[in-house]
Amino acid sequence: MALTNISIQEKLVEKFDDQVSTFSTDSGILSFEALAANNLKVIQFLYDELGFTFLTDLCGVNYPDQKDAEIVVVYHLHNFIENIRVRLSIAVPVEKPDVFTASKLFESANWMERETYDFFGVNFIGHSNLKRILNVDEMDYFPLRKEFPLEDQTRIDKDDEMFGRG
Amino acid sequence: MEAQKNIDLPQGSIEKKTTTLNIGPTHPATHGVFQNIMEIDGERVVSSEQTVGFIHRAFEKLAEHRNLYQITPITDRLNYCSSPINNMGWHITCERFLKVEIPKRVDYLRVIIMELARISDHLICNSIVGVDTGAYTGFLYVMQYRELIYEIYEEVCGSRLTTNIGRIGGFERNFTNTAFTKLERFLNEYPKVLKEFESLFTRNRIFMERTQGTGGITAARAMNYGFTGPNLRAAGVDYDVRVANPYSSYQDFDFTIPVGTTGDNYDRFLVRNAEMWQSLSIIKQAYEKVQSFKGAEAEIFHADVPEYYLPKKEDVYNNMEALIWHFKIIMGEVHLPKGQIYSAVEGGNGELGFYLVSDGGRTPFRLHFRRPCFIYYQAYPELITGGMLSDAVVTMSSLNLIAGELDA
Repeated sequence: MALTNISIQEKLVEKFDDQVSTFSTDSGILSFEALAANNLKVIQFLYDELGFTFLTDLCGVNYPDQKDAEIVVVYHLHNFIENIRVRLSIAVPVEKPDVFTASKLFESANWMERETYDFFGVNFIGHSNLKRILNVDEMDYFPLRKEFPLEDQTRIDKDDEMFGRG
Repeated sequence: MEAQKNIDLPQGSIEKKTTTLNIGPTHPATHGVFQNIMEIDGERVVSSEQTVGFIHRAFEKLAEHRNLYQITPITDRLNYCSSPINNMGWHITCERFLKVEIPKRVDYLRVIIMELARISDHLICNSIVGVDTGAYTGFLYVMQYRELIYEIYEEVCGSRLTTNIGRIGGFERNFTNTAFTKLERFLNEYPKVLKEFESLFTRNRIFMERTQGTGGITAARAMNYGFTGPNLRAAGVDYDVRVANPYSSYQDFDFTIPVGTTGDNYDRFLVRNAEMWQSLSIIKQAYEKVQSFKGAEAEIFHADVPEYYLPKKEDVYNNMEALIWHFKIIMGEVHLPKGQIYSAVEGGNGELGFYLVSDGGRTPFRLHFRRPCFIYYQAYPELITGGMLSDAVVTMSSLNLIAGELDA
């Protein structure tokens, strides 16, 4: 039986009831949210029962205005046989950004989770090697959070000579 | 024995059976900024750990502060061996997000450029595999055809490596006759060159013994590691974004997806070579389709998207409407619609995805690049463990790792 966005949604609702919510099909991909406590259960269900065996992408998004859901971890999963994708979002508060790791299921999640930790500070519980990957180890902030603006292009307190502009 | 006490050896260094070897970040055998700390026993690799991020440039943060058209030059600097694919992948993402209808002729012109880029990408990768196994001739020989591809880019957009080719909606100008003449020359001469390139390597005993059975991976492991592109296809999975989720009218073309079986360095090499033949056939078909347009249709090189496509300069000087759009585009005063999109293209080394989140502002709220080689480079220790150190070097180049893309 071919999977469609509607049948996937029905199966998810049947299995997880109100633990999964906010279904939409933005730009053709079925998107939904799940609670941080069951992200692994949902992913495992998608993997075992619905054939989503390929983790295409995993990344973070920071919504500073969403109270207690400031950090969102987004998973893009792909079913190669049916050629259909889903997008799963897990929202966590910025004070306690704990999400269970998917790296036991997908080897590919290992570095993508490290990258998400590096940029957003998401703490992936159970990750074997959760440390910074692209930024330097000494960094003490999470640069892709919205609270860190880019440098003001018009600042004048720099010594021009030091930057080759003197 | 007494004399040896004077040598200041580190604690435990006598008992240690293996040697720690640091390769990189800058090493002639790594073709890019890659560091590996390997534990080797004689010449066998026991374990390895990669360090990445040496040329991280915070592209995703930069993209949050730029208008859509200013993000194209950032994508150039991901996989710089095939920047036109990145540029067009980004433009296609924007067009899908803005629901812009693209004329067929533009799609076909894009296909020509993207397939040329794929050929130049595979050409570099395969010839570098040759260099690492000791055969320099192939590399030098094919360089002049990469040069010809770069001349075609130059004719279309003015630059060669970081191309910034095309605009949202199409191309900035129509292809010139010189561009088509050069394309014809390429189509005429390249098959012979590729054939000779293959005859240098494919049945070469030294090359076969160096690459067969090294750096292999099973289809299941490759999928688990998030492999895409030629590396996944070499392991036997026929996943290609051009077929699975066609973009830029790829559904109009007749081509096959070459697959391997063992996923080793030799299969990766063969898959890339076979893909170059397929790309050539796609370019031929696309060129025929482009030539079949007659009259006004044959002059179309962009879609009608005044909000994002810069008007002609003479219109800006003589036409109020065009002046307004010119100003709004340059100053970035166009608001994006709300929403999110994931859109992918088949890059030179795998599925290059763009995940764009917009909150209705003038710049993306969040833009994430799915960089194929960042994801599959994780498998490198598994591919080389138990093999020879010299095979690890070949495996690295046959994975087609591009540092610019890896570190974003």
